[in-house]
Amino acid sequence: MSTATLPPPLTRKDFQTDQEVRWCPGCGDYAILAAVQSVFPELGIPREKFVIVSGIGCSSRFPYYMNTYGFHSIHGRAPAVATGIKAIRPDLEVWVATGDGDALSIGGNHTIHMLRRNVGVKVLLFNNRIYGLTKGQYSPTSEFNKKTKSTPFGSVDRPFNPVSLAIGSEATFVARSVDVFQAHLKEVLKAAAAHRGSAFIEILQNCNIFNDGAWTSLTEKDARTDHVLQLEHGKPLIFGKNRDKGIRRKPDGDIEVVTLGNGISASDLVVHDAHHPRPSYAFLLSHMEHRPGFPTPIGVLRAWDDLPRYEDVIHSQIDQVIAKRGAGDLDKLLHTGDTWEVK
Amino acid sequence: MSTFVETVAAKTKREVIDRAVIRFAGDSGDGMQVTGSQFTNTVALYGNDIATFPDYPAEIRAPAGTIPGVSGFQLHFSSNEVYTPGDAVDALIAMNPAALKVNLADLKANGILIVNSDSFQDTDLRKAQMESNPLEDHSLDKYRLFSVELERLTRLALEEVKIDAKAKDRCKNFFALGMCYWLYNRSMEPTVRWIEEKFHNKPLLVEANKLALRAGYSYCEATEAFQISYEIPPAHLSPGLYRSISGNQALALGFVAAAQKAGLTLFQGSYPITPASDILHELSHYKDFGVVTFQAEDEIAAITSAIGAAYAGALAITTTSGPGMALKTEAMGLAVAVEIPLVICDIQRGGPSTGLPTKTEQADLLQALFGRNSEAPIPVLAASTPADCFWTALEASRIAIKYMVPVVVLSDGYLANGAEPWRIPTVEEIPAIPVKFADNPAAFQPYKRDLNTLARPWAVPGTPGLEHRIGGIEKQDVTGNISYEPLNHEKMVRTRAAKVAAIVQDIPDVNVEGDPSGDLLVISWGSTAGSIAAAVKAQRARGSKIGHVHLRHLNPLPGNLGDVINRFRKVLVPELNLGQLLWVLRAKYLVDAEGLNKIQGRPFRQDELEDKFVEMLSNGEKVQ
Repeated sequence: MSTATLPPPLTRKDFQTDQEVRWCPGCGDYAILAAVQSVFPELGIPREKFVIVSGIGCSSRFPYYMNTYGFHSIHGRAPAVATGIKAIRPDLEVWVATGDGDALSIGGNHTIHMLRRNVGVKVLLFNNRIYGLTKGQYSPTSEFNKKTKSTPFGSVDRPFNPVSLAIGSEATFVARSVDVFQAHLKEVLKAAAAHRGSAFIEILQNCNIFNDGAWTSLTEKDARTDHVLQLEHGKPLIFGKNRDKGIRRKPDGDIEVVTLGNGISASDLVVHDAHHPRPSYAFLLSHMEHRPGFPTPIGVLRAWDDLPRYEDVIHSQIDQVIAKRGAGDLDKLLHTGDTWEVK
Repeated sequence: MSTFVETVAAKTKREVIDRAVIRFAGDSGDGMQVTGSQFTNTVALYGNDIATFPDYPAEIRAPAGTIPGVSGFQLHFSSNEVYTPGDAVDALIAMNPAALKVNLADLKANGILIVNSDSFQDTDLRKAQMESNPLEDHSLDKYRLFSVELERLTRLALEEVKIDAKAKDRCKNFFALGMCYWLYNRSMEPTVRWIEEKFHNKPLLVEANKLALRAGYSYCEATEAFQISYEIPPAHLSPGLYRSISGNQALALGFVAAAQKAGLTLFQGSYPITPASDILHELSHYKDFGVVTFQAEDEIAAITSAIGAAYAGALAITTTSGPGMALKTEAMGLAVAVEIPLVICDIQRGGPSTGLPTKTEQADLLQALFGRNSEAPIPVLAASTPADCFWTALEASRIAIKYMVPVVVLSDGYLANGAEPWRIPTVEEIPAIPVKFADNPAAFQPYKRDLNTLARPWAVPGTPGLEHRIGGIEKQDVTGNISYEPLNHEKMVRTRAAKVAAIVQDIPDVNVEGDPSGDLLVISWGSTAGSIAAAVKAQRARGSKIGHVHLRHLNPLPGNLGDVINRFRKVLVPELNLGQLLWVLRAKYLVDAEGLNKIQGRPFRQDELEDKFVEMLSNGEKVQ
């Protein structure tokens, strides 16, 4: 192939639109947009193959700022729209941009069903634990007893843990990152892009207007090292400022936090296995942040890509039937069953 | 076949008649739908014109023997044209007291009544809330009663077959069917073939059902139970090859044909709902046509997945009933806003809410026309007969693709499950549906419209250079960018409305059946076509000046409808609702039309229509 026929490599600029970005100044969404715009050109995929589908909410404005195909649908329904696109065009790279209200409240049903079907769609869930576009009501990820516009005496709902929900739906790729951890976020996005089946990425995102500081317990300088466990496949689960704390299996199958030293070494710790076919281990990880003394895991919790994609199963079934019966003949179809002639 | 007719003729009298209405009624576990379908298939194959009316309960198995558990199947077959499943019944087969009680009122005096006397024990009578045994109390004296021990005789016939008593009892419907074949001089062969196919890996059931069928037939022959048998010669249908088809089958085939004629993949997003589920069952078989059927997690995913599929370049449909369409409402508005082709099929049933899931009604018209937030016009079409569902599916697909709009197709439970003979078209007779995908980046703008149709381009993801964004938020004319600009909004609202209104130029004018002008114009839509046509014909034969217009296109309405209305003194709009088309016509044409409204989960009877015609015609006052 002569070099003249090769298209020039894509750059970040190729994925930017001429539309003015209308998120509030300081919103975490800007960082996510920047990360996606810098990762997409690196994937070696032609721009016209990308489709970004969204629902309703601040995050769902995302498609307008990406110079790809984009579909800003209705509240909560992006996973279903994306499923329809993938069912017809398995070759397209379909990404969903959604939020905690969009994906887990009004669209909860579509989210879990898309994940259990393993549709080859990547979901970016911007979790700011608040309804931003409607100006500050609590969301399905807001902490218990949260005081908001709609809950002046504190919310009485218990929140969803998005990654637990995704793992419970047996999503084949589940990860978590943070808007301000740019390098980490890009790595997670690339890992998701490489996954063929459903990929679910919870991105902890700050809404500086209605829920400022929702994630500071993880993002502040010291907190990041003390309270965040950065998962790496094949590496032991170690965290802490001095990297002296780890996660160990207990004889009953549960996990515990241990301090390294005094006879406890890294070899006693759980080695992260993101590729385990069963979701139970990843679920255990996803839940530890709710326990006192445990860190919040970020990175890829689960990446098991041996399950066929939904859209591929649809088309292989069609191919099998055609191989067996031959391609459909309309004339024959219309004449199915008993017929009689009137002269 | 001629040999058995001769044998029969030798023993009993055979009378040639031109039509008969037969109804099979029993418990929902008695196989009445199968029995009726088999009889229908046989008479259709013989060449009679037919119309059927399956009528079954919503419960899969209501308590056996009770009134709510009664399932019925009515068939009208004739050597002449058939418009309706018939009002009054010539022959009723009642498998138990409850079936007798529910159906007896429709049986003509001196009509044939075959009952399964084995199920008239005290407990059976109690379940049907009958105080005395009608087989003994002379209450059935005005009918030709044939009290037959269906269970005992079936068991006797199957004595040698090694299946249990329960399984034997389940064959009694075929004993009754065999009797009916004798009564109407019909061959058992099509049903024998069906039995052999249906139970091909259960040889004992093949044997049992065939024995029961033949035993019923022989019983009539041997006992000379009936002194008379009937012969209904083939009908004079227009020449061609025919098959029997139900409305749901016809819709499914129509969409497969439309996709083939458009060169597109057919995508169906659907959530199971009565009486629409059979369309999903049907289409899920057609993988060899590349059909993608998606049984979604709910009604909303059913339509939004279809919107995604249409965006990706498929002929996309979603099929449901009224409660399901209610859930799809917001997404229908999205389809209006993003201007993509989509067909929404509403197989109407009795409502509101869950209503009467298995019964028919026409009360979703206003929902189809207006049931969305804001100004969201959608073309609406309605099928008039089971076979017409095929052509309505094609027409809806054509409009959706040509104008880049969602289109609603209204059918109903009566059309969905009813069957009629269908002259099978050749593939060449089915018009092609042209499709043009945008492919030129130089001239591309997502909302730049075709000047004739006002359609925006269909730009499918994956096409280089056409990357663009669409969505439910208001868009700037031409560019499709987000716009909150007041005048742009008004322009977009008016343009979407104008696009739908202009379809009037692309649909046929209405034809007036009967008198082109005169005393009474009857305007109808949907599944009432047959009974209204029959009633109009009958009244015209008595000298009345009546015209009949049946509408397929309900939005936009045909261009000449206003002129037609003005040519008549009075206008009647019979509907199976409280007057929904009536409301539209009165608003649009300022006509003082009257309604005839029935909301019983059943179609119109011809006589109730004729009574209304007579009433309106006899009142000499000028209405307009």
